[in-house]
Amino acid sequence: MRNIFSALALSVILAIPLPAMAAPSGVPAELQKWSFAGIFGTYDTNQLQRGFQVFQEVCSVCHGADLIAFRNLTEAGGPEFPESQIKQLASEYYIIDPELEEGERPAILADLWPSPYATERETREANNGALPPDFSVLAKARYIPRKFPLNFYDMARAYQEGGADYIYNVLVNYEDEPPYGVEIGDVQQYNAFLGGGITMMSPLMDELVEYDDSTVPLTVEQYAKDVSAFMYWMADPHLVSRKTIGLNVLIFLSVFALLMYLVKRRIWAGVKH
Amino acid sequence: MSSHSNYNPTNPVEKWFDERLPLIRFSKEHLMDFPTPKNINYWWTFGAVLAIMLVMQIVTGIILAMHYVPNIEMAFDSVEHIRRNVNYGRIIQGTHAVGASMFFFAVYIHMFRGLYYGSYKAPREILWILGVIIFLLMMATSFMGYVLPWGQMSFWGATVITNVFSAIPLVGNTILEFLVGGFVVDNPTLNRFFSLHYLLPFIIAAVVALHIWALHVPGNGNPTGVEVKSSADTVPFHPYYTMKDLFVIVVFFIPFAWFVFFAPDILGHADNYIRANPFITPAKIVPEWYLLPFYAMLRAVDFDLLFINAKLGGVIVMFGSILILMVLPWLDRSKTRSGNFRPMFRPFFWLFVLNFMMLMYLGAQAAEGIYVILSKVGTAYYFGYFLIILPILARIETPKPLPNSISESILDKYEAKALKQEKMRGEGNSEIQGKGGK
Repeated sequence: MRNIFSALALSVILAIPLPAMAAPSGVPAELQKWSFAGIFGTYDTNQLQRGFQVFQEVCSVCHGADLIAFRNLTEAGGPEFPESQIKQLASEYYIIDPELEEGERPAILADLWPSPYATERETREANNGALPPDFSVLAKARYIPRKFPLNFYDMARAYQEGGADYIYNVLVNYEDEPPYGVEIGDVQQYNAFLGGGITMMSPLMDELVEYDDSTVPLTVEQYAKDVSAFMYWMADPHLVSRKTIGLNVLIFLSVFALLMYLVKRRIWAGVKH
Repeated sequence: MSSHSNYNPTNPVEKWFDERLPLIRFSKEHLMDFPTPKNINYWWTFGAVLAIMLVMQIVTGIILAMHYVPNIEMAFDSVEHIRRNVNYGRIIQGTHAVGASMFFFAVYIHMFRGLYYGSYKAPREILWILGVIIFLLMMATSFMGYVLPWGQMSFWGATVITNVFSAIPLVGNTILEFLVGGFVVDNPTLNRFFSLHYLLPFIIAAVVALHIWALHVPGNGNPTGVEVKSSADTVPFHPYYTMKDLFVIVVFFIPFAWFVFFAPDILGHADNYIRANPFITPAKIVPEWYLLPFYAMLRAVDFDLLFINAKLGGVIVMFGSILILMVLPWLDRSKTRSGNFRPMFRPFFWLFVLNFMMLMYLGAQAAEGIYVILSKVGTAYYFGYFLIILPILARIETPKPLPNSISESILDKYEAKALKQEKMRGEGNSEIQGKGGK
């Protein structure tokens, strides 16, 4: 009994300096138009490829994605990179394998994305004591709180992209100095969306990542949007096929319902009820 | 059970079988020929929806159990493995998770229908009580199922709810340790919850069988609340109600599919996508929406009363809110079953429905300010409805006159409709004449 309460008390204390856990209290979120929103939504392959580039060059230095396999990057409904390209990419990463004489081997398509750090302690030491969250399902683990009756409106339009919106808004709302009177930690930067300090320093700046497609602007907003979309794909990799099946299911059920209604009416036609 | 069978096996094999095990006779009697009132409306179709939902949950659940690992190190990843790597896993898992919500949505409609039409009154008390037992089992099953993915809400929900039992005097802590298999929610908790989550649905299925048995003794109620008097009042269950129920089931599947395919996570909490961490408490610990009214009542008691402290008081109120349903047949002594014939009952009933929805809303809000006061008012009305309003109404209310039989009420309805149509036609004529006059 006492154990539970001390655990509760301890955890409440520990939770306070982690603003990312609590609902954001800063500037209101700017909801984005996502290609994968709504019942007809699908991922934009080019955007996912750009998002992957941002993830690989910037985020993956500190953040892991331990549920993602290299093969996922080639699969339909995702970034759909050519297999040869990902094989090549995988071979540049090393997988620790104590069974081997060398202790490690180049990754293959079936391998999971290697963690940037070996242990939690190593991670924290490298990141000012903070633990950069794993990206695999992060876009599902964050949300924009929506009050009644907006939550019902969200159900009616199948709004599931709160996590992507959350990540985008964190990334574009970094400020150099906190507003007057707001205290933040020594190793933190102020984030206007979170309304407080965050231990991750602003990871993006204009022209940080070189895109192949010269028509895409090299801005923080564009990077943030692309990487948020990519993270949403990581969290929900089968969204496209699921929505496609869903549309067929809805059409089938609607026709079936209509037929059943006619059957029911026909059967009851002769009975006063 | 009275016999309604007109099963006459003609072929010798069927005859031989029928004399030894009258399974086909039984099925024909109860699934096809069973006399059912002609006048039951769409609110009555949710029993069939619920039966389908139970099957749905069991089938998807058995498939999920083939891939799920009940171990705190692997549970979260195994659910993700199902979503990512198992063929159609995202849809099967989504169907199971959304299915729980749809199951509760249907059961609430089913129960409120029973409350409005007095389905709990003699001779259907046992039928009603079995239903309350099913509801309790459903709550236990869904709660334990929510713990299995071992996310933050799983862990903290389990911690808060099992902790509730520690409020019981003397034996509370023993019960708590027995429930969680240790001093805190940990691997043994997950193991036993998985085991029980697999067991309980089959117990539910058994109680459902009793529920249907208890239904088939007196037969269905109906919107007039007048019992069946002759065969003129009924139609055989098949095809009249099999097809009507199937129609509703298909319609019910449309929003179900909407959630499964387009928004499988919208009914759950995002925090459950964070691995369980005993050292970080989520900002807000909330149960699934369908348990919120009871959670609100648990939290509404924040004051000590005589020797009962606030925690124990909350627990008594929460369990009492369900147990009170068991004695409802003896609280509401009004002879009239149907709310249609009870003018004073109706506003109180609808207020009860609104109040239940308000409690649902309050269960998701922080326990502070106006929310606490409203929770108390809501809890008071919930209990007041059963303990004060219904017993008093039974004494003072003058119900409207009941029809002599179901067929008579149907005839009246048709006559009224015809009259109305005639009147409208008459008015239309006079209007045309009026215009002509100008």
